[in-house]
Amino acid sequence: MSGTNGSATNEAPERGSGTRREFSETGTKRVQWLLTRYPNRQAALLPVLRLAEEEFENIDGAAVQLVARTLDLSPGYVWGVLTFYTHYRREGDGTYCLHVCSTLSCALRGCRDLQRHLEKKLGVGPDETTKDGKFTIKKVECLGSCGTAPVVQVNDDYHEDLTIEKLDALLDGLKQA
Amino acid sequence: MAGNDSGKKDEAPPRIEYENFEPVLTKYVDEPESHTLEFYRGHGGYEAAKKALTEHEPDEIIDIVKASNLRGRGGAGFPCGLKWSFVPKNSPKPKYVVVNADESEPGTFKDRVLLEHDPHQLIEGVIISAYALGAHVSYCYIRGEFVEGYRRMEAAIAECYEAGILGDDVLGTGFRLDLTMHRGAGAYICGEETGLLSSLEGKRGNPKIKPPFPAVEGLFGCPTVVNNVETLACVTHILDRGADWFHSIGPEKGPGPKLLCVSGHVEKPGVYEVPCGINLLDLINDLAGGVWKGRKLKAVIPGGSSAKILAANECDVGMDFDSLAAKGTMLGSGGVIVMDETTDMVDALHNLLRFYAHESCGQCTPCREGTGWLAKICGRILHGKGRPQDLDEMLDLADRMCGRTICVLADAAAFPCTSFITKFRDEFEARIAAGKGHERQVFEGGPTVQPGALSAHNQERLAEFQGGH
Repeated sequence: MSGTNGSATNEAPERGSGTRREFSETGTKRVQWLLTRYPNRQAALLPVLRLAEEEFENIDGAAVQLVARTLDLSPGYVWGVLTFYTHYRREGDGTYCLHVCSTLSCALRGCRDLQRHLEKKLGVGPDETTKDGKFTIKKVECLGSCGTAPVVQVNDDYHEDLTIEKLDALLDGLKQA
Repeated sequence: MAGNDSGKKDEAPPRIEYENFEPVLTKYVDEPESHTLEFYRGHGGYEAAKKALTEHEPDEIIDIVKASNLRGRGGAGFPCGLKWSFVPKNSPKPKYVVVNADESEPGTFKDRVLLEHDPHQLIEGVIISAYALGAHVSYCYIRGEFVEGYRRMEAAIAECYEAGILGDDVLGTGFRLDLTMHRGAGAYICGEETGLLSSLEGKRGNPKIKPPFPAVEGLFGCPTVVNNVETLACVTHILDRGADWFHSIGPEKGPGPKLLCVSGHVEKPGVYEVPCGINLLDLINDLAGGVWKGRKLKAVIPGGSSAKILAANECDVGMDFDSLAAKGTMLGSGGVIVMDETTDMVDALHNLLRFYAHESCGQCTPCREGTGWLAKICGRILHGKGRPQDLDEMLDLADRMCGRTICVLADAAAFPCTSFITKFRDEFEARIAAGKGHERQVFEGGPTVQPGALSAHNQERLAEFQGGH
């Protein structure tokens, strides 16, 4: 269920109100273009949230305010939609979100070993971020890559047919990045 | 269901030849440039659309698709031409064609291949269907995680606008069509067509009650057809090669090339393009290289996680809509999940039930509560705390969830639940029996739990329990 923390629903839009966000010039153009693709402003909500995610790295309260202003929606409504979906980057997410697929096909091919290994190595559990703000582990449902299980999505990229060794190499690469 | 044919089908499934089958949908996916317009046009691309738009009336195209017997590749297997024919002809409202590229049924990964490696094949299908239905706006709803597929589709669409294949004058025919990619953001329920439409309207992905069906009142309240990626890719080839060609592949009532996704415990998992009706054992043992590590087959989920599981001795079956329906399961999305003899069925079911509980949108009580309870009870069995009555309780719950909700997510959770428990009941019972020792220790051993350490409520329960013995 998405709306588990009821208090956040009321607080969050206020939280970032100290900082007022604006889309960049390219972002604003993108919004204008998006609005030509739909018969009403509300329909552009998901793509505009994506745009906010791209521009501000994650979607915080101030970004929700901006999206709401842009589309003539209430911040509460935007927050309600945002929190229904699990794939947007949210405030507090690390630089690298490690989405570990945990559904059946990946489970049959060892995703739990990967998950345990990651948690041990990074010292954080699912939905937690390392102290340096670099990594967030997310245990997610089927990523649609069952033929190359187990799979971990790091931000936009799929890493498939993973083994502990490959995962270690991947993490080492990201740590140095 | 299979109807009159089921008696005949039980004897021996007719063997469908697949050895010499030439792939159609995935013919070029291994070519490095297969996603580009140049490559696509170089291999006859957009000729079918041009033929459709210049030589046929829209209604003729619907008739051709009807004659091909193309059934939807997304999961429900609904006849595509029939679905199209539900769109009202004289509606003053705009009509929409929506591509369902939300591929999220566990075990399914075929559309991703088409989106990433042959996007123009899909766009051509969109053009043909939009022309047939009189739609001038189309959206392709792609799951948020498929970033590569999204980029490839965006690039392909940009190429099409540039080349006059999309826009105000499609292929020089004067037909107007705009196609826009729309990214989802991680919600299984948005693969359900009305949930998808809600999401496309900028809302939470809550499904809507049917009727009205989307064909009459769909996106923005207008007539809308939602088709799966593979279905629309098939439309391209039906217009290219004719309904008879399509109809000649596999079983009459559900013909055509089919993408099957094999995952789990096989040597060579992957997407296999085969004629509909291929024997499941041929698929596993021959194409997918057999069960891995030399182990024996235990069970197969044949059509995505919502399909009822088949025990090893039920797997001599054709992979087509009706043969699988005759076995009480379904072809669904074509996601074949193979499990070897070492698989813990309690664990496997718990994995799926947890999935459905997580993905329930929460608007219908039987689904929201039911999926949660199924996952909890199964988890308790898995962790050695099951009670003897738990299995019947789960079956009862699953039964009460079916058909009582706005969409079929509740049914989709109930199907694996009932089929796992009925077909592998001894395993579940053994787990409950093994776990019982633990429960006895707590309640019957007396000294292991000090009454003072319990809450008042549990003290009462303990007293009641002890009093009863």
